[in-house]
Amino acid sequence: MTDATAPPPSAPGPFHVRGALKEAGLAAFVMLGLSLALIGARIDDVSGGLAVRWRPFDVLAAVVVAFLGRLGLAFLRAGRPAPVALASGLSCAALAPLLAVSATGGGAADWARTALPFSGFAVNVLVLVVVVVLALRAGLAWRFGARAGARARAGAPGAETMDRLASVARRAAVHAVPVLLLAAVLFPFLPFADRRILDIAILVVTYVMLGWGLNIVVGLAGLLDLGYVAFYAVGAYAYALLATEMGLGFWLCLPFAGVMAALAGVLLGFPVLRLRGDYLAIVTLGFGEMIRIVLLNWYEVTNGPDGISGIPKPTFFGLPFVRSPPEGTESFHTFFGLAYAPIDRIVFLYYVILAMALITNQFTLRIRKLPVGRAWEALREDETASRSLGINPRNTKLTAFGIGAMFAGFAGSFFATRQGFISPESFVFIESAVILAIVVLGGMGSQVGVVLAAVLLIGLPEIFRDLQEFRMLAFGATMVLIMTWRPRGLLAHREPTIRLSGKGAVRR
Amino acid sequence: MLEATGVETFYGNIQALRGVDVSIRRGEIVALIGANGAGKSTLLMTICGNPRAASGRIVFESRDIASLPTHEIARLGIAQVPEGRRIFPRMTVLENLQMGATVAEEACYEEDVERVFELFPVLRERQRQRGGTLSGGEQQMLAIARALMSRPRLLLLDEPSLGLAPRLVARIFETIGEINERQDVTIFLVEQNAHHALRLAHRAYVMANGAILLTGTGRELLDNDEVRAAYLEGGAGKTDVERGGDV
Repeated sequence: MTDATAPPPSAPGPFHVRGALKEAGLAAFVMLGLSLALIGARIDDVSGGLAVRWRPFDVLAAVVVAFLGRLGLAFLRAGRPAPVALASGLSCAALAPLLAVSATGGGAADWARTALPFSGFAVNVLVLVVVVVLALRAGLAWRFGARAGARARAGAPGAETMDRLASVARRAAVHAVPVLLLAAVLFPFLPFADRRILDIAILVVTYVMLGWGLNIVVGLAGLLDLGYVAFYAVGAYAYALLATEMGLGFWLCLPFAGVMAALAGVLLGFPVLRLRGDYLAIVTLGFGEMIRIVLLNWYEVTNGPDGISGIPKPTFFGLPFVRSPPEGTESFHTFFGLAYAPIDRIVFLYYVILAMALITNQFTLRIRKLPVGRAWEALREDETASRSLGINPRNTKLTAFGIGAMFAGFAGSFFATRQGFISPESFVFIESAVILAIVVLGGMGSQVGVVLAAVLLIGLPEIFRDLQEFRMLAFGATMVLIMTWRPRGLLAHREPTIRLSGKGAVRR
Repeated sequence: MLEATGVETFYGNIQALRGVDVSIRRGEIVALIGANGAGKSTLLMTICGNPRAASGRIVFESRDIASLPTHEIARLGIAQVPEGRRIFPRMTVLENLQMGATVAEEACYEEDVERVFELFPVLRERQRQRGGTLSGGEQQMLAIARALMSRPRLLLLDEPSLGLAPRLVARIFETIGEINERQDVTIFLVEQNAHHALRLAHRAYVMANGAILLTGTGRELLDNDEVRAAYLEGGAGKTDVERGGDV
């Protein structure tokens, strides 16, 4: 089956078949060296200990696949996509049904499994993906003229394609934003939006909001904050304590939690005013840990590692989402005369966080056009020059820390009310790292980029939970791939904040 | 307008200024020339409060500004074009100008933009371009334009000719003269390019080893043998004059 990838040994012409064969042979040799130990020997649990099981056919398959794949690439590079397209297309057609059959049960599956190149299911899927990509590339080149493609690649390597991609994305974003927004609003009513999908969506939107909040600090003001989760924690604990100790509701506590977090942000801001870059990052990292450790050890107030449980759920203008409200009160479904459905509460939570995230976004977009927002950007670009232009760096930085922290506080209280239980466990460093990764991968300062990155980094690992131990591997690989292909983030683009207002006045 | 007396500035333990006295009168162009490391830029930065003067007085319009923070000095009507231009590279030309207008009245903004565009027409064409994509000369123009957006009464220029082609140097100096004359901006100019600076300036100071060595009108210093030997007939200075002096 994989032998079908072999391009017919025709069409030599100016193309050096020997060179290509040599290249492919080298790739195969490297693959042999890599796969011999990694794939060839497998340690199995047998009764009485471990045993090594040799898998020579898998090694052979790996070497053959590497050889053929490399040969195909060489053909593509030489502008001869036709044989590659045919061969990889054929092998796709052979591999896909075999894979499908092998996933079922019964005798046919056994036969399919022996016919597939590798014994591991996931590896076969990977091979199929590679072959499909090869087929698509070859097919496109065949269809739209390989020569032009090859010439373009030789003329402008990398840079131009990157710019083209960014500008395509920019143009697409203009139309995509309303569509995405509509999709986000209608999301709970889509047929596949069950409880699990909605829970993932809520999580993703929470991180989108956190990403947008951190974007104010990192993307706009250029202050590298590695302890952002601390403010998330402050907001969560502020709401949890107010609600459980004093019986206040979510909506009443929300602004208070934001204020508390903002105060924490300003508190952090003061000592780090004079620090920049790496040094600032280290101190913020320390601050994040400090908050967590205080939460862990201040047992009388925070209940330490046991956390706070029984945090009340938010209400819909005072109407709780419960099946049977206490005597004399109404709940959401009785008030609107609906049948009780537990998913109502989830949908409501989804809309709450969506609204909060959109407010964060709008806030950021607007503040960029105000003097303080522009001062953040100027400070990021050049602090000395900003000062000599009359910008007060202290106040400007403190507002950035404070406002960024405030949004984390809002998100934190949402987190508390959604979970119903919080403990210091939820606010570890890796959370800060993930939020920062969302901002960086999205492209610093790009609002749409944050959404993409959050879906990628939070949504995909949740959806691919079935991959189990490979989940984090996929996570890491995603990050490496993004940073390789788009080193400045998915959508690295900064929208200018001013154009000349009066068309006649300043324009020629 | 600006009176500095006995100014001393340190970088850590190293003394950069050793009791400098400088006085600038309203409407003047005053040049400060001297070799590398003489303390010219330090004096300019000290006037802006970054670094602070360790001792001495700096009086601007009868107010001691030696202990004020930089951003408050900027609000008093002193604008600075820092060495190396330091424009905001990722912000557009127009955004750079708007940052310059931070301390200015909002109502004058459009008028001020129009004014600097008239001074530097190339900036009008480039208004939507990012600052970092401009050429060196255009960046220098942008830096000067940005400083002018705050409607300063005193403009401090640190090496406006640095890294520019000789033809552009002449053009920049011409514009500086224009700003001084037409817009009633007093100018304090730090320059390596002594020839150009002295021809433009009403008065000048010569600085060496953190102290003022000589002072006089631009003409006097141009004719002074010592100055000629030290700053005008050195290798770099001379070729500059030959190539771009009288464009």
